[in-house]
Order: sequence, then structure tokens, then C-alpha cells
Amino acid sequence: MDAAAVLQTFSLSKYFGDFAAVQDVNLQVRRGEIVGLLGPNGAGKSTTIKMLSTLLRPSAGTAQLLGWDILQHPYRVRQQIGIIFQDASLDNRLTGRENLEFHCMVYKVPKNERAARIKHVLEMVDLSDVADRFVKLYSGGMKRRLEIARGLLHRPAILFLDEPTVGLDPQTRATIWEYVRHLVQQYGMGVLMTTHYMEEAEHCHYIAIIDRGRIIAQGSPAQLKTLAADGDQIYLETADNTAALAWLRDTHGLSASASGAGLKFALPQGDTRLGRVLADFPQEIQRIKIHQPTLEDVFLNLTGRQIRGEESDAHDRLKVAAQRRGKL
Amino acid sequence: MHWEGICAIWLRDTKAMFRERSRIFGSIMRPILWLIIMGNGLRPAMQNATGIEYTKFIFPGVVGMTLIFTSIHSATSIIWDREFGFLREVMVAPLHRSAIVIGKALGGSTQATIQGLITLAFAPLVGLWPTPLQILRIILLMLLISFSLTSLGILIASRMSSFEGFGSISNFVVMPLYFLSGSIYPLNNLPLWLKALTAINPLSYGVDAMRGQIINVYHFSIYTDLMAVGGFGALMLALAIPMFNKS
Repeated sequence: MDAAAVLQTFSLSKYFGDFAAVQDVNLQVRRGEIVGLLGPNGAGKSTTIKMLSTLLRPSAGTAQLLGWDILQHPYRVRQQIGIIFQDASLDNRLTGRENLEFHCMVYKVPKNERAARIKHVLEMVDLSDVADRFVKLYSGGMKRRLEIARGLLHRPAILFLDEPTVGLDPQTRATIWEYVRHLVQQYGMGVLMTTHYMEEAEHCHYIAIIDRGRIIAQGSPAQLKTLAADGDQIYLETADNTAALAWLRDTHGLSASASGAGLKFALPQGDTRLGRVLADFPQEIQRIKIHQPTLEDVFLNLTGRQIRGEESDAHDRLKVAAQRRGKL
Repeated sequence: MHWEGICAIWLRDTKAMFRERSRIFGSIMRPILWLIIMGNGLRPAMQNATGIEYTKFIFPGVVGMTLIFTSIHSATSIIWDREFGFLREVMVAPLHRSAIVIGKALGGSTQATIQGLITLAFAPLVGLWPTPLQILRIILLMLLISFSLTSLGILIASRMSSFEGFGSISNFVVMPLYFLSGSIYPLNNLPLWLKALTAINPLSYGVDAMRGQIINVYHFSIYTDLMAVGGFGALMLALAIPMFNKS
């Protein structure tokens, strides 16, 4: 295990019957690193988080947190993780502060540090003013912030964020990201987050794309983008598109095609010819647009599907699998 | 043992209870109905059977009824917590399942005992004036009985995912336990089959102990009563902990 690694999984797998919800997942999260588990709903992200937080026993494989095995030392592991769930897990009948006090008690935060830590996390998420109000009076964004504050009270080595910004407005979403980045910088904790938002994955240092329970690609966002089918897509509008088309084909061997009022062509990954092509271009270019590949394109290329097209959860997939076997 | 964890769970459930006052006051109605209407309605007919004034005879049973209804009902907090997500916070905490179950059982017992005390306050209404020492003993007894019954409630709730399901199952358990407990009729001279059923009902012993403390009439003995109630509680707790783990 890498010295800087906080979390390492070893062929982590979970089967429900003969349905593989998670299969052979190998992941690593280092200190100060945000790792994203990106995939459509039902890909196995939440199941992975559940296994890592010792709520669900893996069918095969295991994982280690700071060297503690999740199967052999579940309570040590729990002490080291902070989890921010997809749905609220606060007690609405308690005040914000009481929710934090409860957390301190069950995580055995030293008694003489509690008041100071609670004050600190409340300030960090800007909830000091409303700390003594009942949580049922909080807005969705305030609740999520309180959960983040709570997840940090026991100073975990790793933070799991399960779809941390689902259902939040863009402004709150941005604030939450600010907190997360700040935390990583200040405390050097590792973060493992799941998301099906492509834009959010861009915040990660490292991304693992998961589909149907398997990790199909992993790397930094830049590395992953090299896995898109095409590199940059270039769209040009010229005075004479037909002549330009022929010139591109004959001089540079680029097969362009007509597109709208102009033409478009693709440059393969790592191709550096664009500057020369444009410098040599025989006629005036009226308009140019360059489309760089996104993670969406990467997912599309790897799976042949769009990430948002798949809105089924693991349970639905399980049902479909069972129906196929004639069990339902 | 994670004492502070147990304490945290207990404290949270107890706080939540005090914040829902309607629940406390709502449950005052039931004992009043039983005492005043059933007690007085049945008094002329039951006088000979019990040998003492029927309203006095039924009083410990009414306290027992408060305990069983509140104890079993308190376990719905588990379903509540699951529904509203708080259970996840508890389940991922470095807290052993036994600590969660014991914390919950203590929370439920506290709640039931407080309700029991409120019911006990009606004692002068039927002409009973328990001494402070009696009240202390009754409190301890109520804690023991409600701890056992709450554990039974937790055992049921850990396998239930809906309030409706819990409601029907608990009625299936609560009503027979209550009617077979000797709360409303004496246990002597019963047909054999009924005698057998009351003998295996843990609440019979709870109510018997309570009646012993309040009006000094025993059917069994206090030792039998304590052992039966305590043993039942330990068994329920032992069953509830692994069940809770799976839920």
C-alpha cells in the first residue's frame, strides 16, 4: 500500500445472487486527494460506499483504510471515516448543535475538545447563527452543510461524499465545493465522492468511471479525456467551404464534412497540426469553434451510452436481471 | 462497552419525547377510560371475584397497560429513524449494535416509566395512597417491566419497514399480552387453557408484581415475578441485537 494512501480497495466485489452489483473494484485514495467515482445511477457507486463504510459486507475482495481492514476492524474503520449521505440523516427534532453533540458522543470525541470543535465546524459552514434552531427549520442547503460539519467533527482521515450536491441549487452546489476543496487543503484528508454529474467530476484530482459494477477507466480528468473517440472537433466557416474541404483533404489528409453553414473535422488525440493548418489556410476563416472532448464523450465512447440516459438504480437492474432469469 | 454511545442514544430519544408533549398527554386518556368507565362499570359484577374493590384491583393492571402500550410503541422510533435517515448516522458510527439496542431500550423504558408515573398519579382517584418507598419500588419495577417490553418492541421493529406493518403486528402482540395478563381479571379459577396462556405471558408476572407493590396481593411471588420479567427481557434483548444487525 502506497504510504500516502488513506484508502485502498482490493478487488472489492458485491453480488446479489448471481447479479454483480460491484465487481473487482480496485481504487486508491491518497491524502489530500479528491477521487470521484463517476457513473450512471445503478452503476454500483452507492454499493461501493456502503461496503467501504462497513454497512454492507463484500462478497469478495476487501479494502483497507489507513491499513485497517474493513472486514477485520470495522469499528476502527468507522472511526476514520466521515460520511455525507445522499439523503439527509439528521434528526429534525434536535437543534443543529444537538445533532453535533450526539455525533461527538458516539464518536468519542474528547470531552474537553467538543465545544471548541463544534464551534469551529459551525463557523466553517456558516451555521453559527442558527445552531440552536431545530433542524426541521433548516433549508436543504443548510442541512447539507450541517451534515458536512458533522462529518468532520471526529477528524476523519477520509470523507465519503455520496452524491453530495444532488437536489441543491447551483449556488449552494458551488459553496459546497468550496468547502470540500478547503477541507482537503487544510486537513489533507482524502475524499471519495460519487457523482453522476460530469461537471462535478471535473473538480476531482482523479476519476474512476464505473459502469455496471466495473471500473472501466480511471485517471486524471485530462488523462481520461484522451479516451474520447476523437480529439478536438474543429468547426470552420469559410467563404468557400467546398474548396476548403478539398484543401484539407489534399494538403493535410483530413477528412472534413459539411456541417451547417460550415465544415467540421476532427483531429486525433495528441495531434498538434491545428496551428499549422490554420496558418496555411488558403482562404479567410470567418468563424472557428473548437470543441474539446468532455467526460461525457469519454463515457459515450467507452460504453456506447450517455451517462444521463441510464436512470435506473441498482434495484431496478437487479429486477431486470431477475426477470431475465425468469425468477420474477 | 460504549457507555457514552448508549447514553447518547438514550438522551436523544428522551429529548425527542419531551418535545412531543402531545404524545405524553394523549396517552393519559386510555388509563382514565379504563379506570373510570371499565373500573366502575364492572365493579358490581367483579366485586366477589376479586375479593377487593374492583377499581383498586384493576389499578395496577391499568399501570401495566400504560407500560406495555408505551414500551412497544416507543420502538416505532426505529422505524421513524429509518424512514427519515437518522438511522444511517447511527449505523455508520463506531458503535456496537448492542449499544444501539440497549440505548433504544433504555430510551423506551424511560418514556414508558414516565407515562406509568403519570398513570400512578391517578391512584388517589381509586382510594390508593402509595407511600414514597412504595413509589420508589414501583418506579424500579416499571423500569424493569418496560425495559423487557421495549426490547420486545425493538425485536419487532427491527424487522419492519413500515409504520402500518408495525401497527398491525404490535396489535397482534399487545392486545393478547394485555388481555392474558390478569390485568382486568384475577388469575385464580381460570379454565386450564387460559391458565396456561397467562402463565407463559411475561406481563402476567409484571402486573402481579405491580399489584403486590400497590395493594399487597400476589398471585405468584415477587421473586417469581422479577425472575420471569427479567428473564424475558434478557431473552428479548439477546434476540433483538442480532436482528438489529441484519436490518
